Amino acid sequence: MSLHINGELHTLELDTRTSLLDLLRERLGLTGAKKGCDHGQCGACTVLVDGRRANACLLLAVTLGGVHVTTIEGLASDGDLHPLQAAFVAQDGFQCGYCTPGQICSAVGMLAEAEAGWPSHATADVTATPALDADEIRERMSGNICRCGAYPNIVAAIEEAAGL
Amino acid sequence: MRPFRYERAADEPGAVAAVAEPGAKFLGGGTNLVDLMRLGVESPSLLVDVSRLPFDRIEPLKGGGLRIGAGVRNSELAADSRIRERYPALAEALLAGASGQLRNLATTGGNLMQRTRCPYFQDVTMPCNKREPGSGCPAVEGEHRNLAILGHSEHCVATHPSDMAVALAAFDATVRVVSPEGPRDIPLVEFHRLPGDEPQRDTVLGDGELIVAVDLPALPLAALSRYRKVRERASFAFALVSVAAALEVADGRVVDVRIAFGGLAHRPWRATVAEQTLRGEVAGPEAFVAAADAELAAARPLRDNAYKVDLARAALVQTLEELAA
Repeated sequence: MSLHINGELHTLELDTRTSLLDLLRERLGLTGAKKGCDHGQCGACTVLVDGRRANACLLLAVTLGGVHVTTIEGLASDGDLHPLQAAFVAQDGFQCGYCTPGQICSAVGMLAEAEAGWPSHATADVTATPALDADEIRERMSGNICRCGAYPNIVAAIEEAAGL
Repeated sequence: MRPFRYERAADEPGAVAAVAEPGAKFLGGGTNLVDLMRLGVESPSLLVDVSRLPFDRIEPLKGGGLRIGAGVRNSELAADSRIRERYPALAEALLAGASGQLRNLATTGGNLMQRTRCPYFQDVTMPCNKREPGSGCPAVEGEHRNLAILGHSEHCVATHPSDMAVALAAFDATVRVVSPEGPRDIPLVEFHRLPGDEPQRDTVLGDGELIVAVDLPALPLAALSRYRKVRERASFAFALVSVAAALEVADGRVVDVRIAFGGLAHRPWRATVAEQTLRGEVAGPEAFVAAADAELAAARPLRDNAYKVDLARAALVQTLEELAA
């Protein structure tokens, strides 16, 4: 099967059991996405699949023929950090850093969802177009756990990148 | 994870034909199935991938309803303007479930087919009648704080984990399935079973039947509906109790109402007794409490989950009060 990872086409023969996360980390040396729980509960493995955030641990790689995957390694362009990467640095949005690649990829996908007008559980009226604020960010990022508890600075970093 | 073969279905007949092989299973978003395979709870010999079949649209039905393709992702369904305006409790239920990442993967059909999160079902070192019929149910005497108070049996006290299905149950949705014998429509409230003495069967689906769509009927009162979910943390947790309700009031009296509970039973619990109790009554706390009590009179709490009776009553009364306000 073939798929695109960070703009590069890879043609691979795979054991059907291989998750996208294991493909990235063990076969392709892209160790940015982390294996936290391997059950879709922690978000450390979050990557973008055709532009949407997804848990790489729950995706069987063999199902992804033709798709475009973006990992934390693929966010910077020409050596310039992605605005969310820069904001996480500026706002000190991490402590140990283990959850950070997942947090940043998740935030990239989340901001695109908010931009598209998708509501969240924090949206009081789902028939209205939601406005992003700290409560919305916290709810929309609840699939990414930070055991250091860096949440206040993670929210601040996302607010900065979103221009709030 | 046990080895398995993988096949991507080219079309609906191909999918149905491929899954006829013993040990074969359909794969949608995989958010539950892949996890259960990793836990050793599921070990299919063949996965038939139906996630790229053209069931990814939400289309109008004659008569004003909507047909939701089985492959529509939970996030897309929750964001659809027709769902948000005409069936807001369904959008709210979807948004109350899982995380943003998981909702991007999870499909409508797969959401209905997800298995219980009962800790004994997910732990292959423990007995479980649902996973291994006849092995026993440790939850009856064990850890059952989050488990059923309605419709359970001595063989199984598991609850169905879906939020989406609770709103669909309230709104009289039907599940459209196909098999080599052709298509059939199953009312959502009959799609999931009570455990009885066959807890290994979650649904009434026959071998090889494929969900292709969920149909929502035109239901004007659903435009005034809410989904309320009570859980142990603010986000990304399964329901202890949830309520989907729609209410139509005229001249202070209940004209029509739809109610379903989640987190209480082996299937989404359509509260027909509460609905019948409410129709024609003065829309206020007294009638709401009486309706909740009438429905929950059938509750048979386990040692550690009697709190769910009070919680379900309070959740329903508050939801109806909000809708009546």
